Amino acid sequence: MPAERTGIIARINGNMVSVDFDTFVIQNEVAYIIHKEERLKAEVIRVRANTAEMQVFESTVDLKVGDKVEFSEELLSVELGPGLLGQIFDGLQNPLPLLAQKCGFFLKRGIYLKALPEEQEWEFTPLVKAGDKIRSGERVGFVPEKIFKHFIFAPFSLRGILEVADVANKGKYNLKEPVAKVKDAEGRETDVFLAQNWPVKIPICAYQEKLKPKDPLVTKMRLIDSLFPVALGGTYCIPGPFGAGKTVLQQLTSRHAEVDVVIIAACGERAGEVVETLKTFPELIDPRTNKPLIDRTVIICNTSSMPVAARESSVYTAVTIAEYYRQMGLNVLLLADSTSRWAQAMREMSGRLEEIPGEEAFPAYLESRIASFYERAGLVKLYDGSMGSVTIGGAVSPAGGNFEEPVTQATLKVVGAFHGLSRERSDARRYPAIDPLISWSKYKGFIDDKQEERGHEILRKSHDVAQMMKVIGEEGTSLPDYIVFLKGEFFDFVYLQQNAFDKVDEATTAERQIYTFDFIYKILEAEFSFVDKEDALKFFQKLRQLLRGWNSCVWKSGEFKKAQEEISLLVESKLIDDSIDKKERINA
Amino acid sequence: MHKVYTNIIQISGDVITVEAQGVGYLEIAQVSTRRGTSLAQVIRIDGKKVSLQVFAGSKGVSTGDKVRFLGHPMRTASGENLLGRIFNGSGQPLDKGPQISDNLVDIGAPSVNPSKRIIPSKMIRTGLPMIDIFNSLVESQKLPIFSIAGEPYNELLARIAIQAEVDIIILGGMGLKYDDYLFFRDTLEEHGALSRSIIFTHTAADPVVECLLVPDISLAVAEQFALAGKRVLVLLTDMTNFCDSLKEVSITMEQVPSNRGYPGDLYSQLASRYEKAVDFEGAGSITILAVTTMPGDDVTHPVPDNTGYITEGQFYLKGGVIEPFGSLSRLKQQVNGKTRDDHRTIMDTMIQLFANYREALEKQSMGFQMSSWDKKLLRYGKLFESEMMSLKVNIPLEKALDLGWKILSDCFSPEETAIKKSLIDKYWSNG
Repeated sequence: MPAERTGIIARINGNMVSVDFDTFVIQNEVAYIIHKEERLKAEVIRVRANTAEMQVFESTVDLKVGDKVEFSEELLSVELGPGLLGQIFDGLQNPLPLLAQKCGFFLKRGIYLKALPEEQEWEFTPLVKAGDKIRSGERVGFVPEKIFKHFIFAPFSLRGILEVADVANKGKYNLKEPVAKVKDAEGRETDVFLAQNWPVKIPICAYQEKLKPKDPLVTKMRLIDSLFPVALGGTYCIPGPFGAGKTVLQQLTSRHAEVDVVIIAACGERAGEVVETLKTFPELIDPRTNKPLIDRTVIICNTSSMPVAARESSVYTAVTIAEYYRQMGLNVLLLADSTSRWAQAMREMSGRLEEIPGEEAFPAYLESRIASFYERAGLVKLYDGSMGSVTIGGAVSPAGGNFEEPVTQATLKVVGAFHGLSRERSDARRYPAIDPLISWSKYKGFIDDKQEERGHEILRKSHDVAQMMKVIGEEGTSLPDYIVFLKGEFFDFVYLQQNAFDKVDEATTAERQIYTFDFIYKILEAEFSFVDKEDALKFFQKLRQLLRGWNSCVWKSGEFKKAQEEISLLVESKLIDDSIDKKERINA
Repeated sequence: MHKVYTNIIQISGDVITVEAQGVGYLEIAQVSTRRGTSLAQVIRIDGKKVSLQVFAGSKGVSTGDKVRFLGHPMRTASGENLLGRIFNGSGQPLDKGPQISDNLVDIGAPSVNPSKRIIPSKMIRTGLPMIDIFNSLVESQKLPIFSIAGEPYNELLARIAIQAEVDIIILGGMGLKYDDYLFFRDTLEEHGALSRSIIFTHTAADPVVECLLVPDISLAVAEQFALAGKRVLVLLTDMTNFCDSLKEVSITMEQVPSNRGYPGDLYSQLASRYEKAVDFEGAGSITILAVTTMPGDDVTHPVPDNTGYITEGQFYLKGGVIEPFGSLSRLKQQVNGKTRDDHRTIMDTMIQLFANYREALEKQSMGFQMSSWDKKLLRYGKLFESEMMSLKVNIPLEKALDLGWKILSDCFSPEETAIKKSLIDKYWSNG
């Protein structure tokens, strides 16, 4: 054991302290400030000569120049092992409910608890035998965790080919008991435990290769899945002004998305929103597994009034846990709300470091940090040939709702899909308020390409006509133009908009989306004969009402079929006579 | 034993730098000058150089003046004895009462563990239909009133204060005009609410930095009451002044500004105050209503913008009324299903019709022909504005809902409102 390295505080400025040391320090090393009985966690973020500048993950009230600092030799790490699912942690992976038991209503600085219960026993089943050759990150066994097989891996930190020197028999073990022993090429032996630590800022790369995301991630949100799809292993961002419904959108996604594990990183947002997730998820049942949603969820919660430096680390904590579950061949979705608060945490620290500021005082490395965060997403082929993915969806809160600001722009450069929320849409109560005219996606969805393109086109044209109508009035608009306008509005109302308060409408399966889109596509393509604009308006209003009702009908129920027939009849009544073939198609 | 230092090496803005040792970060000191003594707070320590913001301002501070460090962070007295009293931002009495030092608590204490919060579920009735019906205020909510200068935001705040069914009212005034301060004091007194109120005020004439303490001190006192099981309403006016003080201090400290001169941590600073709003499991609650004046009616200005991202909605005060569009209570869904069965229907229907009225109004002003439906809407809109929106209206929620039905039946037929039949049968007034 090396001699304990220490230093003393020389400067204090907000949550940044400068520490004089006389041995050596490691960049991003964790250190503890010893203040009376308290030990406050901090991280080295810059070293200049014999001074280390550190961000403190706690309030720095009452710290004094001359306080002792102990360096720990470890990078900021999280504990990865069984027991993460269903938990709620702060940005440094302190389990919050346990902390509450210990400290009551308020968070107390300097209290750090083990993320995973050490004494809890897990039923371990070995998958290797002594003498087997494995690599770091390969499976040595598994324990059951909720509905998953939670695999136990050879430590990620080892290099090269490892020989299994020993492996425990099937049986119950807790986190402190080794379940295997591996030997590296030089003969050094390392114990394998059910849990291991991994530094949050370094990606886990124990897989064969990273592949191009191809399969769509079904969010059951029609506007997203059909027009701006997200891929498993892809990235997307949701920028929007306040009140446009970012958080509601993220909450809905966290409930309905067809993935195995959801990691929610509540980063610098309202505590109240986390509380809602916290209190409702244990009661909501996941239709895929018939188990409470909380069983597939990990919440990392560093809300806006919690220490800023821990906010910065919370997104890394979240993505590291996501990568860990990917390693088990699962599809993981990480929802970060909001990455702007994370960027602001970097800005605060950069300001204290007196770095030369970039745009809007954000540090010059903002873009590269954002890029390397989103790059941790991906679809990977594991050593045993199975696939796992991490998909990252980040909410962005641009100042003043202006997408030109640095965080939004830096994010747009690296993500695969952009779901831009607009104030106009949310004011008009059109939910989800994703603006179809500015959003885009580079991924392929499950809707037929031609139909999807047509969907985008009708929205654009309808918008153009609406703009024109503002100038020349309804009277000056030609009937064909007016019909285009109505078709776009119709498409928006009955397909893009979704009622989050309706049991059926709140989530639409892929199968139903394909079916409905095809049905609506035919209506959009059809040519109708109307006497005048009034007639057209009435027709589309009626149609709209019927389709909304249809959206609330349980898929393939008798009610569903009846509603569809009624719609088909209404559509036929207005079709132009010479488009008989179209009529037939709609009947079919 | 408190150490006294006399070597002030720098005075810049309201920040002084003194050479001292063994000083804790954010510790409080007393600066004695020829003009009297003032409290000051440590905001940066660099070796021996300790920078402090002087709450009474640095005017008249001499380089030879005494700085005495008190060995603790900013504290405030709390508890029942404060009721009915008026203090300044540093906790000094402004009325003729005695200095109080009971139950001292640190201000700016750590935040509440999110897992100990509960989902808010109790409505605060205010007697204003625009709030009670359309954007219900909920216990433990944090809500700003976005307003432009000149709007009656302080009147609104005072009215909510005297009517809200809460146990304790704490008013934090920042940059208040002196007559506004008197207005608050007199209004509370007139309605007999002063005995359950505490006022912390910083008037426009007071030094800027003192303003920074007002929200913290108000919320620290509120927190103690809430922990003791009281329902506390904290009124803060005007948070834009608070932000401007932050700006002033950070510029003095040569921090790199982020947006229009405001410091980069404006969001965190505001959040750490607003997030004090809480409903404690098994104890009381804190509800925060704050005024945020919007320079130039610009909601994208950094102060309202950052506020909007933190708070649970906002009341938008415009033209002397609470504007139904733009105002939002994010928590209303938690309570408005439990009041009366027609609450949500009245809320949705009246707002939709009011939106239609605005459209009709626009059509009218552009010189388009008014249809009979448009005329009905115009009549409805006028009635809605005078009987519902006016801040003069003061009726309980049930009366307000009844009034809603009356206005609807005066202007429309039941079908035109598209309200479902069961409710029409129950509430539609036929006379």
